[in-house]
Amino acid sequence: MIDSSLKQLSADLAARKISSVELTRAYLDRIESNNAAINAFITIDPDASLRQAQAADKRIARGDAQPLTGIPVAHKDIWCAKGWRTTCGSRMLENFRSPYDAHVIERFNAAGAVILGKTNMDEFAMGSSNENSWFGPVKNPWDTEYVPGGSSGGSAAAVAAALAPAATGTDTGGSIRQPAALCGVSGLKPTYGVVSRYGMIAFASSLDQGGPLARSSEDLALLLDTMAGFDARDSTSLERPPEAYTRRLDEPLAGLRIGLPKEYFGEGISADVRKSVEDAIDEYRKLGATTVDIRLPASDLSVPAYYVIAPAEASSNLARYDGVRYGYRAESYDNLLDMYCKTRAQGFGSEVKRRILVGTYVLSHGYYDAYYLQAQRIRRLIARDFAQAFEQCDVIVSPTSPSTAFRIGERTADPVKMYLSDIFTIAANLAGLPGMSIPCGLDAAGLPVGLQIIGNYFTETRMLNVANVYQKQTDWHLRRSPIASNSS
Amino acid sequence: MSWEIVIGLETHAQLSTRSKIFSGAATAFGAPPNTQACAVDIALPGVLPVLNVEAVDKAIRFGIAVGATINRRSIFARKNYFYPDLPKGYQISQYEIPVVSGGGVAFRVGNTEKTVRLVRAHLEEDAGKSLHEDFHGMSGIDLNRAGTPLLEIVSEPDMRSAEEAVAYARTLHALVRWIEICDGNMQEGSFRCDANVSVRPEGSDQLGTRREIKNLNSFRFLQHAIDYEANWQIEQLEEGKCIEQATVLFDPDKAQTRLMRTKEEAHDYRYFPDPDLLPLEIDEDWIERIRAQMPELPAARQSRYQSDLALSQHDAASLVAGREVADYFDAVLSAVGADDTKATAKLIVNWISGELAAALNRAELELSESPVTAAALAGLISRIMDNTLSSKLAKEVFDGLWKGEGSADEIIEKRGLTQISDSNAIEKLVEEVLAANPQQATDYRGGKQKAFNALVGQVMKASKGKANPAQVNEILRRKLDSC
Repeated sequence: MIDSSLKQLSADLAARKISSVELTRAYLDRIESNNAAINAFITIDPDASLRQAQAADKRIARGDAQPLTGIPVAHKDIWCAKGWRTTCGSRMLENFRSPYDAHVIERFNAAGAVILGKTNMDEFAMGSSNENSWFGPVKNPWDTEYVPGGSSGGSAAAVAAALAPAATGTDTGGSIRQPAALCGVSGLKPTYGVVSRYGMIAFASSLDQGGPLARSSEDLALLLDTMAGFDARDSTSLERPPEAYTRRLDEPLAGLRIGLPKEYFGEGISADVRKSVEDAIDEYRKLGATTVDIRLPASDLSVPAYYVIAPAEASSNLARYDGVRYGYRAESYDNLLDMYCKTRAQGFGSEVKRRILVGTYVLSHGYYDAYYLQAQRIRRLIARDFAQAFEQCDVIVSPTSPSTAFRIGERTADPVKMYLSDIFTIAANLAGLPGMSIPCGLDAAGLPVGLQIIGNYFTETRMLNVANVYQKQTDWHLRRSPIASNSS
Repeated sequence: MSWEIVIGLETHAQLSTRSKIFSGAATAFGAPPNTQACAVDIALPGVLPVLNVEAVDKAIRFGIAVGATINRRSIFARKNYFYPDLPKGYQISQYEIPVVSGGGVAFRVGNTEKTVRLVRAHLEEDAGKSLHEDFHGMSGIDLNRAGTPLLEIVSEPDMRSAEEAVAYARTLHALVRWIEICDGNMQEGSFRCDANVSVRPEGSDQLGTRREIKNLNSFRFLQHAIDYEANWQIEQLEEGKCIEQATVLFDPDKAQTRLMRTKEEAHDYRYFPDPDLLPLEIDEDWIERIRAQMPELPAARQSRYQSDLALSQHDAASLVAGREVADYFDAVLSAVGADDTKATAKLIVNWISGELAAALNRAELELSESPVTAAALAGLISRIMDNTLSSKLAKEVFDGLWKGEGSADEIIEKRGLTQISDSNAIEKLVEEVLAANPQQATDYRGGKQKAFNALVGQVMKASKGKANPAQVNEILRRKLDSC
């Protein structure tokens, strides 16, 4: 049961071979036994989950089940879920219980899925290692000395440890793809605007996009069918005809043109990562794809541009955490200003404060043009690079991250080095393009390597097809972390 | 040295939409605290703004009314600052590109025509309210007002006196009500002004350093605040001191302004485009749709009154000072349906600005609350026009209308107020009066005009005021001159 795909679980539930209650309880038991080792979950509420599972079982019995009815899904603790504590990995929201559901949660609930729990994350989604959580670091299920990546590290680790069959995440600069790569799972960041941001706690509004993490691209497609869709409450949500993301999963890849950006295969990539990615590209050639060398000349500007735009937006988005209406408030203070200062000094962790300061600085009078406007210009250049590249190719393939997982604590003293682990993922966010990561190998230490696939706008269906055909030929996505192999 | 005062106004007009500018919560005034604040208004984690199109409609209306440019693409920006009644820690406003640019507002001050140019009008959301009383040393926050749509209307520094500033503000106030984008309720804060005031030596073309007086919510305060501030600035300069750019508050009790913060203490608002909202795109169709719904504007209505109804500039201007008055006037005029519209129009103006205005004033009522409806007044006017009523009797009928005694005709009937226009009847009265007052008849013939007036008075008295005065005059003169 724990090794089954979502499709299999769905079929077994429909055939009443298993019940949602059994399935949910099995995962809750696994969380109980194994979460302490990896700290993937911030909150579980077995009663609430099992109530949903019971309702799902009734629905299945009535015969109006949908593909995800009865399937437990872990949600990054950035999604507001009614009645659930929603912390965003921060002390600021340690005791915040959401009075409303995010659009994505509404959709999962409507589909009859079960909320399995809320997963750990870097505070306010700021981080690439999940070491920035108020609730402690998440550990990589392949080796608990190592980080799982971030910021959706809890979701990636939960799937990799088989503590959840699937999970949701959010990706602002690689926060789905990089932890997916480091944990050996599949993850998809859709085109900006495909998944509603309503109820997704904002980090950088123009970059944030929710998406699924699962064991295979087939599972991702099933999840995206539920997550995607227009929402009038998000002005940046795109109104498009509904897409069935599962419909082209098995189409042959003959004629597929894969773009290989020179800039993404340069210095700084570990030898094991390079080897695994090149093997994957060879596999694609065997599957009938052709490769074409492309250029993304503005690539080296994406990290600097990102670290202007994302903090700028964050500095404003996080202003609402002021201790006035909800969330953390300092215990003692002398006056209003002191209340603000102490609340925010105590409520936010150091990385969040660093980015608020950077963001405040780049938006300040006299600096705005040199930083914020300049970064926006770079952003347009990056989008233009991709537009030109997609005239020559259908998808772009690269490593997801330059290296495999690093040791916990290894990069915490050097933020810039930490930021560089997102060097290949950030550009897709700046351009608003869809990107995914699928497992394509293991390094010498046995840690997973991720293959990034970037597509043109709204080509998720094609990307999932590209990933699925590869996964049908390979078994990297079926490899199990040691914790996933624990029988309980 | 003589000084010139330079004033520019920033006016916040609360747009009368049913729901807030970025959420579905209601905007009604006076609800219990925080009962009209939804998840978006209290800025819960994860919520997002969605623009209320009705607010844009109203901004377009304003732009058309002042002859401004409606920008085809404008941008919502975040104005960042911390304040307890600002739930998001930023206000959504428009900064670099507003929805409306340019335009102007024309009005008269005394006998002078004046046009104040507008810089811009932009959409923004209001903040909540901090309540500092009744919380035992703490402050209460009421977020009912948070997210209420505002149109901030920024003028050029084109005004040169407090009187001009007040006249501009009154005209703008009448205009936003006229085009039905704002209820204009100043007590409730639906229309409030910030005044930028500076002074400079007469003849100078350099602007002096300005100080901004915040949140003036009555025309009287506007007048007093500018007067005080300008005098204060002149005194400072005459004492050889400099004016420092600052924001000040007006204390109505002391009729003084006092320093709130200087430029050095001013916030850096860190404006940037709000990534949660798309640029506001307004196409030609949208503008034309709004244009088609526009009421006739005050200036057009005034010139129509002057040209078609031959009303004086003064009368026409007084009618268009408010939409209610002008509409009331039109309703009376059309209900009378007279052939001689020019004479009727003048008569109606006199009644509206005379008896009706006085009665409303005494009762402290607005025209919209008048017990005398346009139809009722029209009934009265008709009876004056057909000579049924003298002006004296008409006043009595008006009194009846005010007290709700029925229509003009019913009151005339009930009170027996029909004017006597029967020449025979009047002649008989005249003869009786002449017979009773032979001395005055003799005096008149001896050249004393006063004696004639006294005789007219006697006849009117004898008729209990009902005799047609013109006929009385004519018959009396004929009788006296013929003997």
